[in-house]
Amino acid sequence: MSIALKNILGTRGLGREDISTILNTANAFKEISTRPIKKVPTLRGRTVINLFFEPSTRTRTSFEIAGKRLSADVINITGSTSSAVKGENLIDTARNLEAMNPDIIVIRHACAGAAELISHFTESSIINAGDGAHEHPTQALLDLLTIQEHKGSLDGLRVVIVGDIAHSRVVRSNIFAMKTMGMDVRLVGPPTMIPFEIERLGVEVSHNLAEAIRDADVIMMLRVQTERQNKFLLPSLREYSNLFCLTSEKLERAPEDILIIHPGPVNRGIEIALDVMQDERSLILDQVTNGVAIRMALMYLLLGGSDDGLN
Amino acid sequence: MVLIKNGRVIDPANGIDEQRDLLIEKGKIKAVEPAGEIKCKAKTIDAGGQVVAPGFIDMHVHFREPGFEYKETIESGCRSAAAGGFTTVAIMPNTNPVNDTRSVTELILAQAKACGIVRVHPIGAISQGLAGERLSEMGDLKDAGAIAFSDDGRPVMNSELMRRAFEYSRMFGLPLIQHSEILDLTEGGCMNEGAVATELGLKGMPVEAEDIMVYRDIALLKKTGGRLHVAHISSGNAVELVRQAKAQGLPVTCEVAPHHFTLTDDAVRGYDTNTKMSPPLRTQNDIERIKEGLEDDTIDIIATDHAPHDMVDKQVEYQHACFGIVGLETALPLTLRLVQENRLTLPRAIEKITSMPARIFNLDVGSLSVGKLADVVIFNPEEEYTVDVSRLHSRSKNSPFDGWNVKGKVTHTLVGGKVIYSAAKN
Repeated sequence: MSIALKNILGTRGLGREDISTILNTANAFKEISTRPIKKVPTLRGRTVINLFFEPSTRTRTSFEIAGKRLSADVINITGSTSSAVKGENLIDTARNLEAMNPDIIVIRHACAGAAELISHFTESSIINAGDGAHEHPTQALLDLLTIQEHKGSLDGLRVVIVGDIAHSRVVRSNIFAMKTMGMDVRLVGPPTMIPFEIERLGVEVSHNLAEAIRDADVIMMLRVQTERQNKFLLPSLREYSNLFCLTSEKLERAPEDILIIHPGPVNRGIEIALDVMQDERSLILDQVTNGVAIRMALMYLLLGGSDDGLN
Repeated sequence: MVLIKNGRVIDPANGIDEQRDLLIEKGKIKAVEPAGEIKCKAKTIDAGGQVVAPGFIDMHVHFREPGFEYKETIESGCRSAAAGGFTTVAIMPNTNPVNDTRSVTELILAQAKACGIVRVHPIGAISQGLAGERLSEMGDLKDAGAIAFSDDGRPVMNSELMRRAFEYSRMFGLPLIQHSEILDLTEGGCMNEGAVATELGLKGMPVEAEDIMVYRDIALLKKTGGRLHVAHISSGNAVELVRQAKAQGLPVTCEVAPHHFTLTDDAVRGYDTNTKMSPPLRTQNDIERIKEGLEDDTIDIIATDHAPHDMVDKQVEYQHACFGIVGLETALPLTLRLVQENRLTLPRAIEKITSMPARIFNLDVGSLSVGKLADVVIFNPEEEYTVDVSRLHSRSKNSPFDGWNVKGKVTHTLVGGKVIYSAAKN
C-alpha cells in the first residue's frame, strides 16, 4: 500500500490503513539501520529541509539520520540560524525555502498550527515535527511501532499516559492515533494539567497513578515541561513527584508485562525514577531507534513509495 | 429633493411597516406617504421590491486612525460603513494616541467631517492611555463630542477604578461600555476554552472570564448608579446576568456582534486567523442563548466590533495573530439570517441597528420621522450573492465570511439626503 497524503500534519487525519502502512514500512526499514553500510539509494537526489524553531536533539537528529540513510540531501535550519531572528515572517521563510525546490520540509515550531499554516504556501510535503501543544505525529507513530513490536497487536490495548497533558503535543497525537487503532487511553495527572473537555476525545481521566496502572498494558510517562510552567499549576516539583513519579513501588501494582515508554527527554527522578528507567520493561531507547525507522518510512511514503513487497 | 418610491418602508421607531414613498428635502425627511400619493418633481429612486429603512447605526467600530492607518483610516472605515448600509458609527478609542483627550476627539471629528461620508461619534477612553490607572477627562471629552466612554480592547480590570468611573460618569449622563474579560483568566489565550481548543492545542479563554466581569460591573453599578453597556456579549451566562439586572430595573444594556450568533469555536479548526477575536467564538449553546436574548430584548442592539487588521497582523501563527474581524459590510446579511430563522421579524431586526442604539446613546437619528435627518438605507433582503473580501471597501480584508453565500444586499445609502453609496456604481 501507499498513502494518499501530501503532508503529515498530525495523526488526526490518518486512517487505520494509513497507520498500518506506515508501521509496516518502518518495520521493514529498521533492518537498514543494523547494516554496516547504513544507506540505501531510495531517495537519492531528493532534498529534505529540517526547519527547527525550537530546541531539539532527538527529533532533529532522527529526521536527519532518516533522510541520510535513504540518501536524501538533508539540510538543517535551526531557530538561531534562520531569518526568524531578523524578524522574518514564518510564511516568508517557508516560501523562500520552497523557492529552492525541496521535496520535504520538516518543521518544529512553538505555535500550534504552524505546520498547517506553511502547508498552505508550499508545494513540498510538510512533516510536522511538533507544533506547540497541538501534535507531534512522528512521536506517536514511533510509540505505536514500539508497542506493536512488544505486544504483537495494538487492538484493545490499555494505555495510561501520565503527566502534563495540557501542554503535551505528544499526548494529542497519541490519543488520535491510539483511538484510531482501537486502543483505550486513560490520562493521569493533576487536574491543573488536564485540559478542559478532553474527555470529548474519547479518553478517561484519573488523578491516581497507582490505581490507573493496575490493569494497563502500556504506561507512557511525559516530561514535566519545567521551562513552560505557569506558576499556578503546581505547588512544587517535589509534590508532583510524590504524586506522579513512576517508582518501582507504584509499579508493583501494575501487571508484570506492562511496557514503560517516555518520549524524552527525561527529567530523572521527577516523572520517572532512575531504577524504573533501567527496568527491562522500559523501552525508552527502543523508541529512539524506532524513531529513525518511522521517519524513514514517512519520507519514503510521502514521496510516492509503498510497502508492497517490503516485508 | 429626492423621492424614494415603491419601497417597503420599515421604520421601527414609528411602528411603520408598509408600502410607502419617502420624500427628502434639504437633507431632512419631508414626507412619508402611502405609495403614489406624493406628487412632485424630484430625483427619484425606485425602491420596488426593496426595503427602505433608517440608516443603520453601529455603536462599536475601530477605525484605527490615528496611529494604525495601514489597517483602516476614518475615510476607508466610513466607506465600508456606507457600503454596509450604516449611516452612523461610534469609534472606539484604542488608537495611537488613544482617544483620551479633547484633541484626539476633535481630530477624529475633523477627519470625519473632511471625508463627509457617514456620521461619526467618538467614544472617549475611561482611563488615561487605556492604562487602567487614572480616569480620563470625561467632562472635556463629552464637551468635545464623545458620546460614551470605554477602554475597549482593554477591560477595566481595577474594580476601584471601575467603581469611580461609574460614579464620575454620572455627572455627564453617558454610558460606560465595557469589554468584559478578566485578563488573569485569559492570559495567553486565543480562542474559547473547550473541546476544540483542547484538540487544537491552543490556549483557551474560559467563558467565566466574561461572566465574572459582567457580574462585577452589575454589582458596582447597583451601588453607584451610572449606566453600563456591555460590549459584544458572547456568553450565554452573561446574557442571563444582564437579563436579571434588567429585571431589577438597573440601567444596563448590551450588544452582540453578528459573528457571535453565527459561528462557533468549531470554525477555528484549520487555524484560520480570521476566526480569532476577543471575546472568542463560543459554543452552540451560547449562540442559542444569545438568540433568546435578542428575542426578549435582553440584548438591545447588534454592533459589529468592526476590527480591521492587515495581512501583516493576520497572516501569521494563530497565537500571534491580532484579535478581530471586519464586520460592517457583512452585518446586514448575517443579521437577516435571524429573520430567515424566524428568531426576529424584519422590523425587530432593523430596530436593533437603528432606533434601539439611537435611544441608548441618545442620538438624534435612527428613525424616518418627518423633520428628522434623512439618513436612509435601501436594501434588497432577498438578493443572494457571495461575499468576496477583495471587494470590501474596508482597507482590511480580515473576514471569516469570505466565500459565504449570503442574502441581503444594500443598494443605496443616504446620509442627510445625499446618496453616499450606490451598489450600481460599485
